[in-house]
Amino acid sequence: MYNPVLFSRILTELTLTFHIIYATIGVGVPLMIAIAQWVGIRKNDEHYILLARRWTRGFVITVAVGVVTGTAIGLQLSLLWPNFMNLAGQVISLPLFMETFAFFFEAIFLGIYLYTWDRFNDQKKHFLLLIPVAIGSSASALFITIVNAFMNTPQGFEWKNGVITNIQPLVAMFTPAMPTKVAHVLTTAYMTSAFVLASIAAFHLLKGNRHPYHKKALHLTVKAALIFSLATIVVGDLSGKFLAKYQPEKLAAAEWHFETSTHAPLVLFGTLDEKKEVKNAIKIPSALSILAHNLPSAEVTGLNDIPKEEQPPLYIHYLFDLMVLIGVWLTVMATLYWAGMKKGLAFPLKKPFLWQLVLSGPLAMLAIEIGWYFTEVGRQPWILRGYMKTAEAATKSAHVDTLLVIFSLLYLVLGVASVVVLTKMFRNNPVERELEERALNQGGVSS
Amino acid sequence: MTLEIVGISVLWLFLFGYIIVASIDFGAGFFSAYSELANKKHVIHQIIQRYLSPVWEVTNVFLVFFFVGMVGFFPKTAYYYGTILLVPASISIILLAIRGSYYAFSTYGIKDNKWYMFLYGMTGVFIPASLSIVFTISEGGFVRINDGEPTLLYKQLFVSPFTWSVVLLSLTSVLYISANFLTYYANAAGDERARELLRKYALVWSGPTILSALVITYQLNHHNVEHYTKMMDVSWMFVVSFFFFLVSLYLLVKKRYFGWSFISLVLQYAFAFYAYGISHYPYLLYPYLTIYDSFTNKTMATALVIAFIAGLFLLIPSLVLLLKLFLFDKKYVKGQI
Repeated sequence: MYNPVLFSRILTELTLTFHIIYATIGVGVPLMIAIAQWVGIRKNDEHYILLARRWTRGFVITVAVGVVTGTAIGLQLSLLWPNFMNLAGQVISLPLFMETFAFFFEAIFLGIYLYTWDRFNDQKKHFLLLIPVAIGSSASALFITIVNAFMNTPQGFEWKNGVITNIQPLVAMFTPAMPTKVAHVLTTAYMTSAFVLASIAAFHLLKGNRHPYHKKALHLTVKAALIFSLATIVVGDLSGKFLAKYQPEKLAAAEWHFETSTHAPLVLFGTLDEKKEVKNAIKIPSALSILAHNLPSAEVTGLNDIPKEEQPPLYIHYLFDLMVLIGVWLTVMATLYWAGMKKGLAFPLKKPFLWQLVLSGPLAMLAIEIGWYFTEVGRQPWILRGYMKTAEAATKSAHVDTLLVIFSLLYLVLGVASVVVLTKMFRNNPVERELEERALNQGGVSS
Repeated sequence: MTLEIVGISVLWLFLFGYIIVASIDFGAGFFSAYSELANKKHVIHQIIQRYLSPVWEVTNVFLVFFFVGMVGFFPKTAYYYGTILLVPASISIILLAIRGSYYAFSTYGIKDNKWYMFLYGMTGVFIPASLSIVFTISEGGFVRINDGEPTLLYKQLFVSPFTWSVVLLSLTSVLYISANFLTYYANAAGDERARELLRKYALVWSGPTILSALVITYQLNHHNVEHYTKMMDVSWMFVVSFFFFLVSLYLLVKKRYFGWSFISLVLQYAFAFYAYGISHYPYLLYPYLTIYDSFTNKTMATALVIAFIAGLFLLIPSLVLLLKLFLFDKKYVKGQI
């Protein structure tokens, strides 16, 4: 039987799963390019400048696909969730509106930055153009995450018999969920982008290309990744505290914490039997109480205190654990690299370690996806927590199933094509050749 | 002036902006693909690529800005148009995706794939066609409401001659606007062969735009009398519009002041587009939805207007910089940097 709610959910999930890859790169990579170009200018080192140039070339392709998928999700919000947009549009359209401005700003300066590499004699002037790009992309993330935060902890309006009154746009923007959510999205986007770029450098080193260019690239990216990972851990801890206070059902479901209790343990993985007893899990005593309230003896609300029809699905426990596990693993590996390099040890550039660095980018991206599923599924059954359920929000139109098939094909083609184009682009123009050409050109100018 | 009017005016302005910049982009893509397939590539391809490459992302934002603003000022449109446009808008998204990915893959990565070039060129005509459907639907007669649930009557929409006239106007306009602008751009670049070819395209498409506009006006009289009558009330605007059309065409024929020719063209379209918009007032969707019953609340509208003004302070200088560097920089236009 045709079920538009289900198909709307799958199609939105699909679009976001695809878009978030490009969005994450779009938010994080400009910052990494800025760092590389800045280091290059400061050290007067051609390698870092070339690093920035090459990253930018790849970045342009991901931005272009991101524009496409971003337009898709922007429209799909109204096409698939007309009831939700009709309601939420009255309260939360301000940040949506501001997001387009932020993106506008970013797009303009990205265009300028791209086509003016050689138009400035002073590299610093060109570098300045990158600042609005980085600010614009992070501001886009800020505004969009504000909307998502609002869906989790809506406020800034009064609701009487289906009519919304007394609207305060700014109160709706600065919800309790907003600070931790925004911080989490930003730090993880920076972290993931740094790991993705580290993967590329590690891949070249692993293939036996020991050019200093790649070593510098690896060093810069892993160090940046370490800093952003540590920031992510701090923000992650604060997010736990936010959930405990404002969305206890999400935290309880994520932790399979059924009975409200003090000294609540942190449950890692495991299974549930028919009586909802946790089996085969690793339990860390009192750790959930600490995550939730910083105190081993603190009381954590259990899922049994939440009405049954308002409980999120229990499988989010695995999503939560996987996300945290990957985050911790990546942080440990980045720390090992940093410590090893500092002590002058050889292992960080040896094959086994490089192998896991190659995997770090895909792993980080996987954690982004899983984390996104966790927070979205963890809000179910609500689309606007406490006010509107997902099932009430969806379109009733026909053909959502057909569109799902068509969009799946579209994303498949776009995904494959972006990988093919990116590989071709860099394979046809290896670093060594480009460095030689640049040296020749500059020699020509000065002589 | 009420907030409703402020809101719709802002959005209408952005929609107009989108129509002009997107027409240039769509048409340029079409000419670019056409010249490739007709072996005239060497003549105009270069000119078009130099103009298009830095600005295409900016073009797309105009559209996003319009529909996000629409939901902001008039949230009920999300409900009505969101429900009705599920299929047509999804088709537009897919076409826009093909187009955007061409920029990503072809301009920055793989060059000269004929098949992709063809697809890209075709999106230049199919996107305006699919987007113009929204104007047709807004005239009413293609939507039925069952138990408060709007549904689009695909068959009526598809067989209506009115639909196809609007599609025709959108296509001819895209090609005319684009060719006119690119004539100016080629002239600024000092590329006489490209200029002459594009000028020829512009002259070819000038007549059909006016013709299709006349056909639409005639059909509207039968399709939506109320709108037609109101349009006649502002007929002076169409007269002014036609005057600018003649100015633009005259300069084009005389091969003089190509910049002014394009400015006249913008004024021609501005007058016609605003005359259409003003006479459409207050309906967003005949006869179900007006700007008054779909309006958000005062607080939100005020906040949006403030955000809009603040945003303009940021955007206008940036846009000026972009235009200065690429459109009005003689050296760049001539391909010297």
